[in-house]
Amino acid sequence: MNHPLQPDQAGSLKHFLTIEGLKREILVSILDTAEPMTEVTDRSIKKIPLLRGKTVVNLFFEPSTRTRTTFELAAKRLSADVLNIAVDTSATIKGESLLDMLRNLEAMHVDMFVVRHPQSGAAHFIAQHVAPHISIINAGDGRHAHPTQAMLDVFTIRRHKPDFGALRIAIIGDILHSRVARSQIHALNTLLTGEVRVIAPKTLLPVDVESLGVKVFYNLRAGLKGVDVVIMLRLQHERMQAGRLPSEHEYYHRYGLTRDRLQLAKPDALVMHPGPVNRGVEISSSVADGSQSVILEQVSHGIAIRMAVMSMALDRTRAAS
Amino acid sequence: MTITTEYDITTALENLAQSLTIRLSSKQTPAIIGIHTGGVWVAEYLKQRLSGKIPLGTLDISFYRDDFSRVGINPEVRPSQIPFDIDDRHIILVDDVLYTGRTIRAALNEIFDYGRPASILLAVLIERDGRQLPITADCVGDRIALREDEQIKLSGPSPLNLEVVKLS
Repeated sequence: MNHPLQPDQAGSLKHFLTIEGLKREILVSILDTAEPMTEVTDRSIKKIPLLRGKTVVNLFFEPSTRTRTTFELAAKRLSADVLNIAVDTSATIKGESLLDMLRNLEAMHVDMFVVRHPQSGAAHFIAQHVAPHISIINAGDGRHAHPTQAMLDVFTIRRHKPDFGALRIAIIGDILHSRVARSQIHALNTLLTGEVRVIAPKTLLPVDVESLGVKVFYNLRAGLKGVDVVIMLRLQHERMQAGRLPSEHEYYHRYGLTRDRLQLAKPDALVMHPGPVNRGVEISSSVADGSQSVILEQVSHGIAIRMAVMSMALDRTRAAS
Repeated sequence: MTITTEYDITTALENLAQSLTIRLSSKQTPAIIGIHTGGVWVAEYLKQRLSGKIPLGTLDISFYRDDFSRVGINPEVRPSQIPFDIDDRHIILVDDVLYTGRTIRAALNEIFDYGRPASILLAVLIERDGRQLPITADCVGDRIALREDEQIKLSGPSPLNLEVVKLS
């Protein structure tokens, strides 16, 4: 058992902390529930009453625009009330004061915390200590996991190419520091993807990366050959300072996705990126804005996926599928 | 053990179509909305019967049910599809069976999230007793009196079949 906290005894999704260890059926039911949620956006009143009267707290210990706003929109479209709390990242949050904060919020009778934290394991820690009626959704913890991002990515892939068994998918960039990549790899393998590749310089790969169930390529051209989906990762500037890469220019030269290189993939290959995009660092503008790019679709799907996860987590009646 | 009794719905469908035709004669811009799943089948029949030109939409009211906290999410929710503008339209809302009225309450709420219709008219194939809300159908195919342990089951879309199922 990796994370016994996630599904409750009945097998329904109480917390959503990581994809690792979740059954394929749960992932598929998240994707299926998100499907009708996409249609809510087309209405004149973009709201459904599923979580009316529930209170969702966005608890962000790390700055984020896209993830926080899509969680907020998702909760609002489900008719929940939303409280945004950005905890000053410069202030040290000691274990004790974090728990104090939780107790205080619990006393306000909230129903869900959406947690982003720079430390791996923070969402699990909160889930272990929170009152039993509260659900925790991990919105990114350190290098560990970003499960809703991975779900919106596989949702986007499924809408274009539903047969995962037939797909070759390449994840390119800083795998070592990426919670997104880790969650994507778990999701893709759980959904029985034909082949998951990672393409990166050695300095940006975890030592035991093969154990995640991926094929490793150090050369971009070799790795791109014949893939159906290309997932680019954001290159964090601070990695350069840590001496893991010579320069942004050098990185683009060897690992940047350009139009020429994209032609090595299948002609209908999808180009994805979790955002925000560093144009001219990991991807060229012409590819990011090109006809194969589904980057903006990923953003809209993020709302539907988060609506699905939130309503499933607050649905305490559903039995395991 | 369940005992099922077949019921001939040809007459009920015909009654419903006729009663709707009369009500519709004065409406300028009608549109039909069927409630998943049985209501959509009946709506499709009515569309063909009345005039193929009337636009047809479908509603899945799962997100609007009043018992979410008791029964949870329906794992097989389908997207609602309203391929026309609701504003200022005369809507014919179609369901297979009118029972407690809760489904219709949810459907009315959902329709208003798409826009402000000129009017809504409720057409049901079968009306049975057991209403829990002040909701009445405008056009009815047939009325069936059922006992507590009896249920109506519609299967379709073609052929449309109706059975009275007795749970014993």
